[in-house]
Amino acid sequence: MTTKPLIRFENVSKHFGNFIAVDDVTLDVHEGEFFTLLGPSGCGKTTLLRMLAGLEMPTSGRILLGGVDMTAAPPNKRPVNMVFQSYAVFPHLSVADNVAYGLKIDRVPRPERDERVAEALRLVKLEDFAARKPDQLSGGQRQRVALARALVKRPRVLLLDEPLSALDAKLREAMRAELAAIQQQVGVTFVMVTHDQDEALAMASRCALMNRGQLQQVAAPADLYEYPANRFVADFIGTINMIEGTLGVDEPDHAAVTSDALDVPVFVDHGVTGAPGTPVWVGIRPEKIALTQIDQPRPTGPAAMPHANVTSGVIVRSAYQGAVTLHDVETATGTVLKVSHVNGERAAAAALPVGASVWLSWPPRAPVVMLG
Amino acid sequence: MKRQPIGPLDYARRWPLRLWVGAVLLFLYLPLASLILFSFNDSRRTIRWEGFTLDWYGRMMNDGALIDAFINSLTIAALSTMVSVVLGAMTAIALWRFRFPGRGLFDGAVTLPIVVPEICMGVAMLVFFGQVLPWPRDLAWPFDLGAIVIAHITFSFPFVAVVVRARLASFNREMEEAARDLGAGEMRALLDVLLPHIRPALVAGALLAFTLSLDDFVITFFTAGPNTVTFPVKIYSMVRFSVTPEVNAASTVLMAITVILTLLAMKLQGRELAKIEQGH
Amino acid sequence: MNASWRRERVAFLSTLTAPAAWIVLFFVIPLGVIWAYSFGRTLGLTEVAVTGTLDNYARLADPVYLMIFAKSLAFAAITTAVCLLVGFPYALVMTFAAPRAKVLLLLGIMLPFWTNLLVRTYALMAVMRTEGWINDAAGFFGLGPFEMLHTNFAVIVGLVQVHLPFIVLPLYSTLDRLDRSLLEASLDLGAGHVRTILNVVVPVARPGILSAVMLCFIPALGSYLTPDLLGGPDSQMIASVIERQFKRANDWPFGAALSFVLMYLTLAAMVVRAWQERRKGAPA
Repeated sequence: MTTKPLIRFENVSKHFGNFIAVDDVTLDVHEGEFFTLLGPSGCGKTTLLRMLAGLEMPTSGRILLGGVDMTAAPPNKRPVNMVFQSYAVFPHLSVADNVAYGLKIDRVPRPERDERVAEALRLVKLEDFAARKPDQLSGGQRQRVALARALVKRPRVLLLDEPLSALDAKLREAMRAELAAIQQQVGVTFVMVTHDQDEALAMASRCALMNRGQLQQVAAPADLYEYPANRFVADFIGTINMIEGTLGVDEPDHAAVTSDALDVPVFVDHGVTGAPGTPVWVGIRPEKIALTQIDQPRPTGPAAMPHANVTSGVIVRSAYQGAVTLHDVETATGTVLKVSHVNGERAAAAALPVGASVWLSWPPRAPVVMLG
Repeated sequence: MKRQPIGPLDYARRWPLRLWVGAVLLFLYLPLASLILFSFNDSRRTIRWEGFTLDWYGRMMNDGALIDAFINSLTIAALSTMVSVVLGAMTAIALWRFRFPGRGLFDGAVTLPIVVPEICMGVAMLVFFGQVLPWPRDLAWPFDLGAIVIAHITFSFPFVAVVVRARLASFNREMEEAARDLGAGEMRALLDVLLPHIRPALVAGALLAFTLSLDDFVITFFTAGPNTVTFPVKIYSMVRFSVTPEVNAASTVLMAITVILTLLAMKLQGRELAKIEQGH
Repeated sequence: MNASWRRERVAFLSTLTAPAAWIVLFFVIPLGVIWAYSFGRTLGLTEVAVTGTLDNYARLADPVYLMIFAKSLAFAAITTAVCLLVGFPYALVMTFAAPRAKVLLLLGIMLPFWTNLLVRTYALMAVMRTEGWINDAAGFFGLGPFEMLHTNFAVIVGLVQVHLPFIVLPLYSTLDRLDRSLLEASLDLGAGHVRTILNVVVPVARPGILSAVMLCFIPALGSYLTPDLLGGPDSQMIASVIERQFKRANDWPFGAALSFVLMYLTLAAMVVRAWQERRKGAPA
């Protein structure tokens, strides 16, 4: 991870007529990573992937692979291979011939070719299907063919365009684990496009979140969730309570935000670069807010600012989800906060009915402060 | 705006392919363009440009035989179109709507005129109107054109049926059921709801039938008697003699009519027409 | 969609009767008469006795007529092959063109298709004859004049001119339906463009290509006007011979037999095409 990047996008833009699909993206991907490009549909993630494959040409910018400029190289001259969203398995060729297609073009001699095809089919557990035609396969099997066909060429990077989107929910879950395992086994760098955040978080070693053609944040999944760079990231990944406020205190090791939406300040254990008085956004994840019944003692706030981070409210709506219950809690200022409460014992949900008054509290390490 | 780089599947932007397409279009249009150009050429020899003139069109207007042939062609096309549209619509509705014994046979029989070689149909008409149902000679105009009109209807209405059937495929059956539900009788519902839906197809079919009739040479050539000459048959007899500016002018007129009608039909119903070419 | 005719008798009879009667009277019967004549014998000028003889078909074995059939098939085959070669890149460009350009390219191929066959053939005559401007241009470079009109070459040029749209339009509709990611996958796996077209596009689109080939071959085989006007004495096709039997030689039974052999060939080609279509439809 510390070496030179395997893939480098340098100020890459792609315009389709007046539409800007990819807007000045600069991004590094390292050897051996399982990198995902995440974002809502139309955010440019697929275009970015297709530019890496050579299927689209950037309007401006450069794409380097292993330090070599590949921007103008045609797709057939790039050491990358792709698993297409529709799989694009050749319908007129058998499974084995599909997998052998790229090797034949590379003039790999027959014995080696057969061996590599067999190996690739073993890898995706299709050894018994070598002679079948694609129309005799299920969707999941076709995808494995596409995967084997790409991997057999031993690409430096494997590109996956929404590989799981066409599978049903159960199969998708299984394929997630299997893809991750295959990546471990072959050690090839994977770059995967997905619009499904669960998929991205579960599989990726690093993840780039895009919106409207621009990179929003590039980080490990946990960092993306816990330290979102901006409101879009915080909103897109998971659920978050977003509160608009003003920076009151801002020291290197702590800060406090006051907001009209809350009757208490929000105290955080990290400093924010802006000076006091800067308008900011504070995000608090629902699972990081503790709920206690109002007849319990008031939870204690942070030592440095005891009145912060604790408020009270009334449960106005509850959605029971089994492991957790998601409550909407209305505070005295009228703000509704989403709070998820773990049902740690069987009676837990019943103890917090709609209409109950509750204490809301969160530790200084729960909120994140964002500038935009 | 920045010029987009050419992507791998942008075949339409690669210059060898563009040249190829240009060459194909030249091959298709150059002869026609030169024909039109020389119809305005002020020279009997049709090889060098000598200056612009409308003389040949003027001469054409004064050529009684040519004008008669032209009027014959328009009359035949108009009559044939009227009947073809009605028969074609009926065929389409019957095939679209009903299950009946012999449906496949009927379907085959009305599709056959589209694919039968023109020469076969031509000789069949020649024999039919010569032996089986001799068309009386020396009838007054326009009744002397009857045999030709019948032949034209026979090869035109199957085309109309194809266009109408394509349109019927998109008919929402619930509309007719709604009409029935609101109290309309079976024929009434059909007329009130179905006809408005297929109207664009009827217009396109009519233009198609008109063009087919106006353009036909081979079948007319076999069906026509010595006194019933149509425009293409007249042009054919002129062409046999020589290449002359008058023929150029007459051809240009015929071409112009066809092009206008075709553009109209394409505008009205581009999709359905395109399907015919694919033989569906 | 398919109501039983019994349930709506009035609507059924009022839509079916007229077209059915028409097609039987003016199409099935005329063709039937020709078919019957093909088993007949000439009595007088236009008198034919249907005797059930197979003599007319037997006469086809005459090397003169066998040659003409062979030549017609060859003309149609060469025309189809040239049309395919010329038309495929055109269809390819059309498939991958921007929407506006697509419409223009479609129009470019449709307009000649709808232009009168006679006019188009005449236009070619004017261009190719010895005093035409091709020879004029060649003469400018000190070449020629070439004897082009009334040769087999002229017939092929004319047939290609006329039948190009017949192949481009169905080819386009086939290529347009092709999954583009198949082409991309092939490029991605290292194949060049030519290889992608030969190894992926052609096999995947084969049913559509064969169908296009049939749609070009069938009408080309029955051509009458093109060889008649552009060809020389040795470029006769079946249709010309049929015409002669009916209009000049007055040997109707033999002409009828020739017509029906042409019909059989046409129908056989159609059956092949329908069979191909069915095969294409069979796998999901």
